Amino acid sequence: MQDVRNLPVEDAHHEDQEMQVVAFRLGNEEYAVDILFVQEIIRLLNITRVPRSGQHVEGVINLRGNIIPIVNLHSKFNLQAAEDQEDKRIIVFKWDEVQVGIIVDEVSEVIRIQGQDIEPATKVYGALEADHIKGIAKIDNRLLILLDLVKIFESGW
Amino acid sequence: MSMDMTQYLDVFLEESKEHLGNLNQQLLELEKNPGNLAALNEIFRAVHTLKGMSSTMGYEDLADLTHHMEDVLSELKEGLLQANSQVVDILFQCLDRAQLIIDQIESNGTADYNNQDLIRALSQIKEGRHINQAEGEEELLETAVEPALSGSFHFDFNDYDLTVLQEAVRKSYQVLSLRIAVDPASLMKSVRAFMVFKVLEEDCEVLKSIPAVPDLEDGKFDDNFDIVVITKQPAAVITDRLEHISEIRVERCEIINIGQLTVQHPVDTVSETMHEVEEHSDTKRTHKIKQTVRVDIDRLDSLMNLVGELVMHKGRLEQIGTSRKIVELNETIEQIDRISTDLQSVVMKVRMVPVEQVFNRFPRMVRDLAKELDKEIEFLVEGKETELDRTVIDEIGDPLVHLLRNAIDHGIELPAVRIQQGKPRMGTIILRARHEGNNVLIEVEDNGAGINIERVKQKAVEKGLVSSKEAGEMTTEQALDLLFSPGFSTAENVTDISGRGVGLDVVKSKIEAINGEIQVETKMGQGTKFKIKLPLTLAIIQALMVSVRDEIYAIPLSSVDETTMLSRDDIKLIQGQEVIVLRGNVLPLYRLDNLLEVPGESQSDDLYVVVVCKGDKQVGLVVDGLIGQQEIVIKSLGKFLAGIPGIAGAIVAGDGNVRLILDIATLF
Repeated sequence: MQDVRNLPVEDAHHEDQEMQVVAFRLGNEEYAVDILFVQEIIRLLNITRVPRSGQHVEGVINLRGNIIPIVNLHSKFNLQAAEDQEDKRIIVFKWDEVQVGIIVDEVSEVIRIQGQDIEPATKVYGALEADHIKGIAKIDNRLLILLDLVKIFESGW
Repeated sequence: MSMDMTQYLDVFLEESKEHLGNLNQQLLELEKNPGNLAALNEIFRAVHTLKGMSSTMGYEDLADLTHHMEDVLSELKEGLLQANSQVVDILFQCLDRAQLIIDQIESNGTADYNNQDLIRALSQIKEGRHINQAEGEEELLETAVEPALSGSFHFDFNDYDLTVLQEAVRKSYQVLSLRIAVDPASLMKSVRAFMVFKVLEEDCEVLKSIPAVPDLEDGKFDDNFDIVVITKQPAAVITDRLEHISEIRVERCEIINIGQLTVQHPVDTVSETMHEVEEHSDTKRTHKIKQTVRVDIDRLDSLMNLVGELVMHKGRLEQIGTSRKIVELNETIEQIDRISTDLQSVVMKVRMVPVEQVFNRFPRMVRDLAKELDKEIEFLVEGKETELDRTVIDEIGDPLVHLLRNAIDHGIELPAVRIQQGKPRMGTIILRARHEGNNVLIEVEDNGAGINIERVKQKAVEKGLVSSKEAGEMTTEQALDLLFSPGFSTAENVTDISGRGVGLDVVKSKIEAINGEIQVETKMGQGTKFKIKLPLTLAIIQALMVSVRDEIYAIPLSSVDETTMLSRDDIKLIQGQEVIVLRGNVLPLYRLDNLLEVPGESQSDDLYVVVVCKGDKQVGLVVDGLIGQQEIVIKSLGKFLAGIPGIAGAIVAGDGNVRLILDIATLF
């Protein structure tokens, strides 16, 4: 298990409207979510299939006695999952009593992002609907897709 | 106001509700037996506590109301008033209002009720007695007490106090006399006073205070009050600590030389001394009650989780133990096994609460309804100490209310009718709880009119639930089952109390939702008995573990009738539906791998069939293998995956993996 706080923090400029995000990789793309939603990041555990659940629901895991549903963003976003299992992690999110985990190919780091570096998402990118994205953050040469988790999880699986 | 009271809100609400429940009970007792001094004392104590609590929390409406109740109660206690039905009714109304206020505080955080009507009613009761007394006289009385409040330092010690003081000095404590001043601008004098006592509690004992503690709690003092404490701390430390409380100043701090003290026996202090002694026994009493700790149910759940984890890892240790064959390790594992089993059962027990919690609100309800309907009812409660899991307790309240309302409204006849039928004038309703094996049985029994079976059938035909031919062929049990059909109500006239169409079907579905069963027995003219069978707990059940390819599922044992093994040839087809014949019965067969879309193909020629019951129908479920019976701890799948048909929840298996529990009722 990896604690979020121990991840390298890349320090950008300090200005208002700054937010901290956890950046991770799905296939070849980089995504990020607000750190406030992240409960913890864990290594892959055995996932039990849940029949009759949504097509993007991977199953459930046992996290210290709590049952956590795991969803598959690769399939939701129509992305190819990486072959390499070594770097795969489960990020467990929590908001309003709901806990959900996603499988990611790699957790890169925790980054501070300035408000002015975020470009609002108006266009539709591939399988992603515009309101699932809070914006695109440009950091040096990287593009991070900022996900609106609550909207995504409410959108059905 | 700098002090934040919100953190005490939960405790306040919880305790107030408890006091109100107790008050309702004791008041009923007092109504039955107006001379019951014990009940009266209990009521007085509870109202007093409620008053203190609410004024500390700043809910002045409630404090004011309870204060006026206390006035009337103290006159009752002194025998100046009689606990007649008028007085009791008003007091009941006050309790209802207090309940409303507390409910509002719970939902909004504040309460805003105008209680003048009740306060006026209370004062009228009091004035009914005072009718001959001139008002001026009362004022005189009040001013006569004044000097004690503002007068210079002077304590009246009685024999008891003096003995305590002498004892204290002998043990080299010192006796301090303090005058505490509260900033005149303070908005919450009572809270400041409360905090003074809180600080002093640490290593002092407050022997006496003027005014008395209850008055201080109510803020009934000018800008200062006097206290006598015994302590080992130097006076300066105490003073310093007190001065750290905002808005508090220590005006004077003297060490009392007890040699100068003499016992005073002035006549006018006798009553106050008695009051003091009473207060003393009061605090002792509450100390006795406070042997319990309130724990958030979530904490118990997480404790349960941790115990589950422990049991799981113990399982792993056992595996290591068997493969490595280390004797010492195995012995230790056995110990851990015992301890964890004990731990699990202790945690389960902690979650159990007596049904009393639910039952206690019924006597009042029965009384009110009976009064409203002009019926005379004796309500008996048996076995209220029977314990059930907290989760079950929370669910049975509403169904029981419904059954009791039914019994009062439809069951018990009017007194005149009863006499006509040669029955005692007063009807009886018994609410009974008892253990029966792994279940708890709750019965609601009345000796009223009973259920008219013919009328039930007739009604069912009218409502189109059954045809008249079907109705004619029905046995008594089948006809009684109609009562639980949706939309059935036999009440001749729809009353406010019951018979609004949302009837016994709702009761039944609620009971079944918590894995319970409900049955009814009735005899025309002699009465009706509803029997509810409930599981001890919802958290742990017995289950049959079955395998389908690589997956393992748990089937609650309560839905399993039997298991059997078949060969492929035993399966017949009826209109495309696979069936088997089991001891002359034709059972439809469902394959669990198809139902759950389990990947892979079955290899074996032998089929294991689990015969499950869905309602009164039997169905065969085909699985690959039977693993065995297990006691499982049910966990919810959470909000995100809630409501999947056929899946009731999940468990964490011994190897740490999650297994799903099947819900037979919604599986196919």
